[in-house]
Amino acid sequence: MSDPRPSTFLPALRQLTLSRMREFLREPEAVFWVFGFPVIMTLALGIAFRTRTEEPVRVAVDGGAGADAAAVRASLTAAGGFVLRDVPPPEIERALRDGLVQVVIVPGTPPTYRFDPARAESQVGRLAVDRALQRAAGRPDAFSPREDAVRAVGSRYIDWLVPGLLGMNIMGTGMWSTSFAIVTARTRKLLKRFAATPMPRGAYLLALVGSRLAFLVAEAVVLLGFAYVAFGVAVHGSLVALTVVCLLGALAFGGVALLVASRAKTIEGVSGLLNLVMLPMWVFSGVFFASSNFPEAMQPFVQALPLTALNDALRAVMNDGEALATLWRELAVMAGWGGVSFVAALKLFRWT
Amino acid sequence: MYGSAGRPRNAAHYNTVMSRQVALACRAVVKRFGDVTAVDGLDLDVARGECFGLLGPNGAGKTTTIEMLEGLQAPDAGEVEVLGLRWADSADALRPRLGIQLQETQLAEKLSVAETLELFGSFYPSGPGVDGLLALVGLEAKRDAWVGKLSGGQKQRLSVACALAGEPEVLFLDEPTTGLDPQSRLQLWDVLQRFKARGGTLLLTTHYMDEAATLCDRIGIVDKGKLIALGTPAALVQGLGTAHVIEIDLDGDAPAPSVEALAPLAGVVDARVEGRTIALGSSAIHETVPAVLGVLAAARVPMRELRTHSASLEDVFVSLTGRHLRDE
Repeated sequence: MSDPRPSTFLPALRQLTLSRMREFLREPEAVFWVFGFPVIMTLALGIAFRTRTEEPVRVAVDGGAGADAAAVRASLTAAGGFVLRDVPPPEIERALRDGLVQVVIVPGTPPTYRFDPARAESQVGRLAVDRALQRAAGRPDAFSPREDAVRAVGSRYIDWLVPGLLGMNIMGTGMWSTSFAIVTARTRKLLKRFAATPMPRGAYLLALVGSRLAFLVAEAVVLLGFAYVAFGVAVHGSLVALTVVCLLGALAFGGVALLVASRAKTIEGVSGLLNLVMLPMWVFSGVFFASSNFPEAMQPFVQALPLTALNDALRAVMNDGEALATLWRELAVMAGWGGVSFVAALKLFRWT
Repeated sequence: MYGSAGRPRNAAHYNTVMSRQVALACRAVVKRFGDVTAVDGLDLDVARGECFGLLGPNGAGKTTTIEMLEGLQAPDAGEVEVLGLRWADSADALRPRLGIQLQETQLAEKLSVAETLELFGSFYPSGPGVDGLLALVGLEAKRDAWVGKLSGGQKQRLSVACALAGEPEVLFLDEPTTGLDPQSRLQLWDVLQRFKARGGTLLLTTHYMDEAATLCDRIGIVDKGKLIALGTPAALVQGLGTAHVIEIDLDGDAPAPSVEALAPLAGVVDARVEGRTIALGSSAIHETVPAVLGVLAAARVPMRELRTHSASLEDVFVSLTGRHLRDE
């Protein structure tokens, strides 16, 4: 309705952006959630998924004190690399379910392995137990392989995880802070008050997205700096390429946040919508495990998600040192989400 | 958003203001919300440089009327013109020329007064600037205070300052002093009188009679979406025909005298009995008081209290609607 007037568009954009940044910085809780939380999360996940030296396999032997059970115990102890847990028989199922033990051995001829094939660690445990017991029963190894364990910085799980966390963080903080700012202003009738002035409406929305970009730089520096200091996660590609990818990601999610908040009247309403929009991306976009795990038929959907594009581009730059030119597809997906949702939000936006 | 409508009807009706330049005009404006008709065929003209007050109880349609003039709501029928322009095709041209204060706006609490004014100032091509606005509303000392730390009266003055940020030709204020202490009200009145003195047009809604009487050149009394009276404050009060109002609270259980017994008394223009209270409009208080005391003494009805006051706009409203303004 109100076309941007060249005479006031830029001053208004500047003032709106400054106001948004001031309001954010004067809200200590918001500052914590944006800057502190990702660091805590990186630390926790980094510890959970740290590169382990060979961990012993946790097993329990069912059938208690019998002679067979004693023989199994002796074989495993002799082979090494096992922790034998004493689990009373009634609690064996639960111990397996809760991951207290990876395999349960029921002695006999032949013995029975109880394990959960849906769990990688349970499968690994079963193989280790089988090898130890077969060797103890006299099976010879056909050959003895040389081993070359990957310990190089840059190819660990944490190296793969950190770009995903950065992407998830760009999505989360962008979506929450932008949409909450809008809905709060709407419930306080501040949007209506702005709509009663000649303020260019596009400038208001642009300022919300723009102010995010300034914080994004700080956010990314904090998270990546922490990951480097704590876990030695490094950026292999150029910092310029990384910056461009982060900015485009923030623009994409800024646009989506405007759209999500364009009509919501309450914080509760917009929270629900945000979760609905973000949940598929938490699951499908390769934050904690690769998005290629999902079936081929789903890939067009998975690849079209803005977070998939952002995470893929971040990993390409950080882990593989790729140049921007090779990432045109991911960059186009993010730009498309940002642009289309911004225009749609401007049309749908409820000012009163 | 701004629905178009038919031609104005009955233009002759507005002859009184046709000769002057019209700043605001409503013609047979209707606004419905579901089954409720908030504004029901309202006609209104406000001249340039005039201060016009829309007076009425809560829910009378004051806010809806003012928001249609502000271009924030579109009428379902009828026509709204502001400075000779219509919202449907001239919104961009109108916005910079108007200053608007809304009843419910809560400004950002963690911005300072100066930052808030700078923000609003940036929306307009020209204006008095932060220092000019602070001086206009007397908030110089609060320049760097956060909005959240201001008192109610200071917030309200800041809100008016935001509305003045673009040096508007027309200023709209929706219940600007509701909930303020007397001193804050006086300060705000002072701001508005200075705006008026500079030739600005002012439309305000209020349910305070004294405010309307002090600030407004003309007043429209609104009830149930309709304009039920229009005129200068003095003319409206004079129209009552009563210079004074006498109210008597009765004591004890003796039946109150009937309206029929009171109406013929000397000087009585209007008589009402509401429960244990007698209310008499009088053109000659010195004759009416002895007469009514005589009636009460003869009927042996004891009094608890007798009050008199000069007839006010409140009495105009009561005589027009049979209800009090502040009744919710």
